[in-house]
Amino acid sequence: MSADSRFTHKIWQEEELAKMVKGGVPFPMLTDAGGRIGKVYGVYDEDAGVDIRGRFLIDPDGVIQAMEVMTPPVGRNFAELVRQIQAFQLVRKSKGAEATPAGWVPGKPTLKPGPELVGKVWKVWKPVTV
Amino acid sequence: MAKAQDGCVKPAGGPIQTKVPPAAPEAERNGEGTAMTAQVGKPAPDFEASAFTDGGFRNIKLSDYKGRWVTLCFYPGDFTFV
Repeated sequence: MSADSRFTHKIWQEEELAKMVKGGVPFPMLTDAGGRIGKVYGVYDEDAGVDIRGRFLIDPDGVIQAMEVMTPPVGRNFAELVRQIQAFQLVRKSKGAEATPAGWVPGKPTLKPGPELVGKVWKVWKPVTV
Repeated sequence: MAKAQDGCVKPAGGPIQTKVPPAAPEAERNGEGTAMTAQVGKPAPDFEASAFTDGGFRNIKLSDYKGRWVTLCFYPGDFTFV
């Protein structure tokens, strides 16, 4: 979603995006005219008249589970978005029985929060240097 | 979902407002009423936006996607660089 009109989205898709990705981006391109939606999401820059680089992950119940907001010069890292989606889907599927610790990627152990784990996390998880 | 139509579609209104809570300060009520309401852990504010999708123009609501995971990405502008 950007403040650009649906007409500009169409031409950007055809003239540039379709040359980067076959068929263009396969998602709806929304218009936030006047930044009204960006204001409600806290990402509208009044001085510039544009939305900054905000990304919200919303679950099937409509609840925001994660957000990442950056100023425009730095682009997103989609590997992190995919990792978060996988983590939140795992947590949701477990109905809260499992949580994903820091540095979790699919295949790594999850945590099972409960009284038995209090003071014992060091037994099941080790920090990793980046 | 409905097939996208070509041609002019009336632009959508934007945020779908719920009523302002009574505790809101006077300044917010006298202003536009579009204070930031999105919070992690809370329901995402609903909206309706005009969109280019499936090769045509259509209005889309966030609530259309209830039951599915949604990634909502804001960005500054088409034809820019990052």
